[in-house]
Amino acid sequence: MKTIFSLLKLTLLTLILFAVIYPLAIYGIAQLAPNQGKGETISVNGKVVGYQKIGQKFDKSNYFWGRPSAVDYNAAGSAGSNKGPSNADYLALVQKRIDTFLVVHPYLKKSEIPSDMVTASGSGLDPNISPQGALIQVKRIAKERKLDETKVKALVESKINTAVVGPETVNVLELNVALDQLR
Amino acid sequence: MNTELLGVIGIFILTIILAILLGKYIAKVYLGDKTLLDPIFNPIEKFIFKISGINPAEEMNWKQHLKALLSINMVWFFLCFFVLLFQGSLPLNPDNNPSMTPDLAFNTAISFLVNCNLQHYSGESGVSYLSQILLMFLQFVSAGIGMAAAAMIFTAMKERTTEQLGNFYNYFIKSCTRVLLPLSAVVAIILVFSGTPMTFEGKDAITTLQGDHVEVSRGPAAAFIAIKHIGTNGGGFFGANSAHPLENPTYFTNQVELWAQMIIPFAMIFALGFFLNKRKLSNIIFGVMTVGFLFLVVPTVISEINGNPAIEKMGIAQTTGAMEGKEVRFGPAMSGFWSIATTVISTGSVNSMHDSSMPISGAMQLLSMMVNAYYGGCGVGILNYYIFIILAVFISGLMVGRTPEFLGKKIEAREVKIAAFIAILHPLLILSGTALASYFAAHDTAMGYWFNGNATGWLNNPGNHGFSEMLYEYTSSAANNGSGFEGLGDNNPFWNITTGIVLLLSRFIPIIGPLAIAGLLAGKKYIPESAGTLKTDTSIFGIMTFAVIAIIAALSFFPALALGPLAEYFTLK
Repeated sequence: MKTIFSLLKLTLLTLILFAVIYPLAIYGIAQLAPNQGKGETISVNGKVVGYQKIGQKFDKSNYFWGRPSAVDYNAAGSAGSNKGPSNADYLALVQKRIDTFLVVHPYLKKSEIPSDMVTASGSGLDPNISPQGALIQVKRIAKERKLDETKVKALVESKINTAVVGPETVNVLELNVALDQLR
Repeated sequence: MNTELLGVIGIFILTIILAILLGKYIAKVYLGDKTLLDPIFNPIEKFIFKISGINPAEEMNWKQHLKALLSINMVWFFLCFFVLLFQGSLPLNPDNNPSMTPDLAFNTAISFLVNCNLQHYSGESGVSYLSQILLMFLQFVSAGIGMAAAAMIFTAMKERTTEQLGNFYNYFIKSCTRVLLPLSAVVAIILVFSGTPMTFEGKDAITTLQGDHVEVSRGPAAAFIAIKHIGTNGGGFFGANSAHPLENPTYFTNQVELWAQMIIPFAMIFALGFFLNKRKLSNIIFGVMTVGFLFLVVPTVISEINGNPAIEKMGIAQTTGAMEGKEVRFGPAMSGFWSIATTVISTGSVNSMHDSSMPISGAMQLLSMMVNAYYGGCGVGILNYYIFIILAVFISGLMVGRTPEFLGKKIEAREVKIAAFIAILHPLLILSGTALASYFAAHDTAMGYWFNGNATGWLNNPGNHGFSEMLYEYTSSAANNGSGFEGLGDNNPFWNITTGIVLLLSRFIPIIGPLAIAGLLAGKKYIPESAGTLKTDTSIFGIMTFAVIAIIAALSFFPALALGPLAEYFTLK
């Protein structure tokens, strides 16, 4: 009986240390972080249009598109497709995505489409595409928006994120926000 | 591409270097030597022990260690089970998530208790913030339990004859306060400033740039994600785990999280060397583990970079490798490396969806958990390896005709029996679980209460890959890993209860076994090293241990791997 009480007391004290003091300390420090640790947002004219790190759905033809998402970019229910590499239904779906992509971008050769544009991301919320994935959409965007193609291409190139290590990425939301401001 | 691989190799080497330093520190903590953090933690620990009425200087024998370990786990299980069961009506639930069903609460409580974090729920909709914080508490203490068990074994390996193996509570609290807490705080702060949320506000509702309405889940994630990796737990705050852009926002945070999950398992091995003053022994152990790790990781990274042959045939560019289930900011090399690190070490957090990995990668991920002794989880990794050392000592002893001895203690029938039982338990649990589930799936049995519908309904993929999904789930449970081929429909009584039982057995029996062996050996007469002693800190003995591991894993698991990922590999060719 004595042991039970001391185990309960030990549990309570460790709970206070690890489940109250520790998270509150981190919460306190988070107040100094961007947007007080609530997640960084992107605003246009003072209105929040999205979270910088969270991908959102773009299917209108005058915007750059992101990657396919298994959860349709539901930011309250992330998930991947979990399709195995040999699954016939899955492979048919990828083939269909390639065909659709070619219909909308008739100027493209198949071998120019990078695999990230036709496969679903792990989280379903991938905010990025590869630079190649953005560059192949330039011609379509320029036509839709009646903009100079070189200008759009220059915009994409200015939005390619490079770091010392790691893959090059393009944040689709940031790119589209900048695109809206392009005249 | 090249810099992606460079980032992987860089972080691996950096972790090894830092692990040597941390190992020295951990050894000092367990030996009770002076350390830098004494002024902060001495008073806190004194206070905890005083209020709880525990004397941290009281020496315990191995049975007392076990009793303390098991009873405190029981307390935590009930605490967690009831909170999950009633979370819907408890405070800190801004998103109004519902309470768990009893079978899900059973599975979740056990799974966090045993440092596995198999999650049959999705973080955004399945748990309240209160539950998340309680689960985070279990992430601390379950890692502390593993480390305390390892510390007892370290003490038992000393060159002397004794029943007195230190104090369990002392090892446990010190592991939590002096190792897990400071490291977690550092990682959490890095995450917070890299974009991971740490807020108690609920979901945010926004209108996107093109005009859709979206809800965005947030929460006190940074603190949780830090200990999830430092404690090799792996349970994600969000459903997509470390593939989620808030849980793992950049390539840099990915490196930090990778470092965080490898650092303690690496350091514990070096700590053994510093603790016993046998650096060579720990270097050999680390060498064997690293060779085994490289055997698993290299084929995985290559097959992910090469991409899916079936998609290659469609004629598109796979310059970025196999991208299904992966995030652009990590890329295939980093995702492939992580998938082996997380399965070798019992973390089980994922930054890509393993279900969509290439077949060879899937086979390697499975094999990592089947071996379950390269690096391993917080503390328990070295316990698993200890079993293989005992077996290797016994077998080599028989081969050269000498009495099997390890660190001056005779290994006799009783210890070998325990070790053999532990070594067989792992394949037994995995293969019988998989056999049961496959039987139902093969017959498409109507499952009644156990599953809503016929058994094939829980599969997300047909054929060999479907078999792999079931094999993976039991392997992950038995290795206390927690990753999954997440396509499997696992939130139902059948999977919740069967994996729950596997989790319990495969956590506590492999702790009880090594503790018992170490305790029994510690009580035996110490025989000083002589010309007739079989040396255990040589590369020959390292190779011997490697062979024992390879034979046990290959023989027992090869048929299952052949039916799952290997068969899929050949169909894709």
